[in-house]
Amino acid sequence: MGIEGVGARVARKEDKRFITGAGRYVDDMVVPGMKHAAFVRSPHAHAQIKKIDVKKAQGMPGVIGVLTGKELKADGIGNLICGWMIHSKDGSPMKMGAWSPLAFDRVRYVGDAVVIVVAETKGQARDAAEAVEITYKELKAVVDASKAMDKGAPQVHPEADNNLIFDWDIGNADDTAAAFNKAAHVVKMDIINNRLVPNAMEPRAALGHYDKAEDHYTCWTTSQNPHVARLVMSAFYNVAPENKLRVIAPDVGGGFGSKIYIYPEEIVCLWASKKTGVPVKWVADRTESFLTDAHGRDHHTHAEMAFDKDHRILGLKVETQANLGAYMSLFSSATPTYLYATLLSGQYNIPAIHANVKAIYTNTAPVDAYRGAGRPEATFVMERMMETAARQFGVSPAELRRKNFVTSFPHQTPVIMCYDAGDYAASLDAAMKASDYAGFAKRKAAAAKKGLLRGIGMSCYIEACGIAPSAAVGSLGAGVGLWESAEVRVNAVGTIEVLTGSHSHGQGHETTFAQLVNERFGVPLDSVSIVHGDTDKVQMGMGTYGSRSGAVGMSAIVKALDKVEAKAKKIAAHLLEADEGDIIIENGALKVAGTDKNVPWFQMALAAYTAHNLPGGMEPGLKETAFYDPSNFTFPAGCYICEVEVDPETGVTEIVQFVAADDFGNIINPMIVEGQVHGGLAQGIGQALLEGAYYDNSGQLLTASYMDYTMPRAGDLPSFKISTSNTPCPGNPLGIKGCGEAGAIGSPPAVINAITDAIGSNDLAMPASPSTVWAAIRATKH
Amino acid sequence: MSDVSLMVNGKRVSGAAEDRTLLVHFLRENLGLTGTHVGCDTSQCGACVVHVDGKAVKSCTMLAVQASGSTVLTIEGLANGADLHPVQAAFKEHHGLQCGFCTPGMIMTATDMISRHPEGLDEATVRAELDGNICRCTGYHNIVKAILAASKTMKGSKGKAKQAA
Repeated sequence: MGIEGVGARVARKEDKRFITGAGRYVDDMVVPGMKHAAFVRSPHAHAQIKKIDVKKAQGMPGVIGVLTGKELKADGIGNLICGWMIHSKDGSPMKMGAWSPLAFDRVRYVGDAVVIVVAETKGQARDAAEAVEITYKELKAVVDASKAMDKGAPQVHPEADNNLIFDWDIGNADDTAAAFNKAAHVVKMDIINNRLVPNAMEPRAALGHYDKAEDHYTCWTTSQNPHVARLVMSAFYNVAPENKLRVIAPDVGGGFGSKIYIYPEEIVCLWASKKTGVPVKWVADRTESFLTDAHGRDHHTHAEMAFDKDHRILGLKVETQANLGAYMSLFSSATPTYLYATLLSGQYNIPAIHANVKAIYTNTAPVDAYRGAGRPEATFVMERMMETAARQFGVSPAELRRKNFVTSFPHQTPVIMCYDAGDYAASLDAAMKASDYAGFAKRKAAAAKKGLLRGIGMSCYIEACGIAPSAAVGSLGAGVGLWESAEVRVNAVGTIEVLTGSHSHGQGHETTFAQLVNERFGVPLDSVSIVHGDTDKVQMGMGTYGSRSGAVGMSAIVKALDKVEAKAKKIAAHLLEADEGDIIIENGALKVAGTDKNVPWFQMALAAYTAHNLPGGMEPGLKETAFYDPSNFTFPAGCYICEVEVDPETGVTEIVQFVAADDFGNIINPMIVEGQVHGGLAQGIGQALLEGAYYDNSGQLLTASYMDYTMPRAGDLPSFKISTSNTPCPGNPLGIKGCGEAGAIGSPPAVINAITDAIGSNDLAMPASPSTVWAAIRATKH
Repeated sequence: MSDVSLMVNGKRVSGAAEDRTLLVHFLRENLGLTGTHVGCDTSQCGACVVHVDGKAVKSCTMLAVQASGSTVLTIEGLANGADLHPVQAAFKEHHGLQCGFCTPGMIMTATDMISRHPEGLDEATVRAELDGNICRCTGYHNIVKAILAASKTMKGSKGKAKQAA
């Protein structure tokens, strides 16, 4: 490792623009002639649109256009789709209802877009939006998935009887039933995973520009995957063919999954730009974000786990209802199925598993992947069950887990996944040591003297990242392949550009990807530029989600670097009149091993482009492209231990210690990895203690601003004690597993296990707000 | 429409704004100072914090006309030419930012916080004083670390300046 190479704690190259106010987000973009859009949205959770009157709005100051769903349909713009086909256990395909980018006959959730107004200023657009008169016939709404399948419940889409989108299962029901028949102990729980709002700090935004002269569209958008956005907008929404549509995702202020999807607004802004003849910019306000960004989680689960007399797990049965909201968002069907139930083996040897998932429409915002996406829900089920089992059996929660750990690899679970490498006991031991687990009893006694209830809880999580082999996900219903692309351009002066299909929205790719190049060629970080986020510059790529930029995105770069290195060595060997096999790259030069003969990197690059003296038959230039398709998922895993003090008088919980011990495989930049863990932990602790999206029975979102939805603030969180161990991933050239989601996946059960340990009641819902905890304490006393 | 004139980052600027225009929109749209961000509608997130007459203010809580006649410092005016302000440098060194969207507001809040606590800062104080700034990426861990480090650096440099005087 050099000072800027793989493994070095390098400060980020991209920071300078962000700390000086020079970042360029979509809302910062100005195009000549640009005008502003506001959307008129449904105030009702469920209603028929009887009439839309835009006359008054059209006459308002500054108004350029007021456009409706009927006009959009007339222009052939398509419906939004879910890109992952799930079949129910009876073999029938999922029941996807129509989702028009602008609703024209019916609205299905509060926030459903109905009309777009384009005006000279944002203020004028909003004024005119208020003047659009829409007559609705209100219909009964259903917001709770557990009630949506009841007889007589409001029907959200005609395509999905009883609001059931699919009834899917995985694993083996017979084997699992047999396992339960021979069980000595059975643990049963009902578990709710609370609905969350992702809340990237930059609200979603879109700037659509139709260039009449070129008959070409450009869309600046807050996207984690601009190429996928272009593909979907071309192939399914008929906005424009791919060669006539450029999508640019510049600096993006956080995503957490919510910016993977293609939403109505970017489609409508592009279409409206052509209709009105002006570039159209829309920026969500925070309440629009709350109402219309895809939400996360919202599972109701019943789980049962069978153990033998020695407390070894025999089988697991899981029944889950997943609320997908009013429309199927782009990957909404994959999240509660292949990203959830395939992780229900946890870190454990479980001979038989059967899981059944029902996906359900309700009159709420669409639900899709949010940091962790299915894996936090699986981990919450598994780790609440393990802790509860340990309490039920009166054994150590750590030892019950250890007894059931998978210890030999590869390990095939009964739910598709084949774990490739791991050392779960190492993480458990590291976390127990760092948390002084053995000294907890003393600390509990000291807290009791202060009148506080102290508790400790752990969570041993596993996740599947780096999604994933294209053929495998294709066989499971994915509409796209999940490879990644890279192009490495060595310039004539030896500087290097790496063009990647991954997209950075906080992950630090401009630094870590450059570190990889530095490690290989010794080129200083300043001479390496990472180019991403623009479909005109970068060839097709799949983007960033599922902790895939390291394991998949960087693996593609490695493949391209391999090709560059091979050609560079050929050129150097020719220049040095040496054998190609004797050339090594060291300290910025290509050398003949064991001699002082060398050619500096930049001189070799220049030779490639002057082409005056290249090996016979070699093409000039030095630029290589690679596509990398992973051979398996990767499996980060770890152990988190949370220690809390609860004030029994107020129900207020303070996290007094939080320890994370993760195995992410090899690491490029430890500083950036630590930052990813910190952020994930904050979101997971937020879910456990503070965050919850609540609708009232009529479908109004009660938590639609930062006044109502409790975001974790600095004072809500402790400093974290984190460490990593390393079993390199055997499936990719860098041995990387991924680290982006672990914190959010592993932490909620650790927090809830700690609080329930403290208060002596196992019945506690998330978020464990003071009133919830207080009520749970009171319930134990009656 | 009203006339608004301000001293922004050491330069005198003026322009016409609708009465309802917020200071943050005047800075972003009239002056093109897009480093100040809008992250919410309820003055909760702090992405828009600037200094008005030397005090940290959420620029979404103030009308542009209200600010007329004031001296405003935004994130763009914090560094001394190519030299980063110690708080900017500390955010970089300690990885106190990821997506960068909340960062300008965090840094402007932090510089104000440090100047109001010449005695120095501890972790509990920093966490309490960050109550008005939301970050979704960092879990605050490294932001707190960066502010504590910058506070130390600035205290040290002030001490040296005093000694030199």
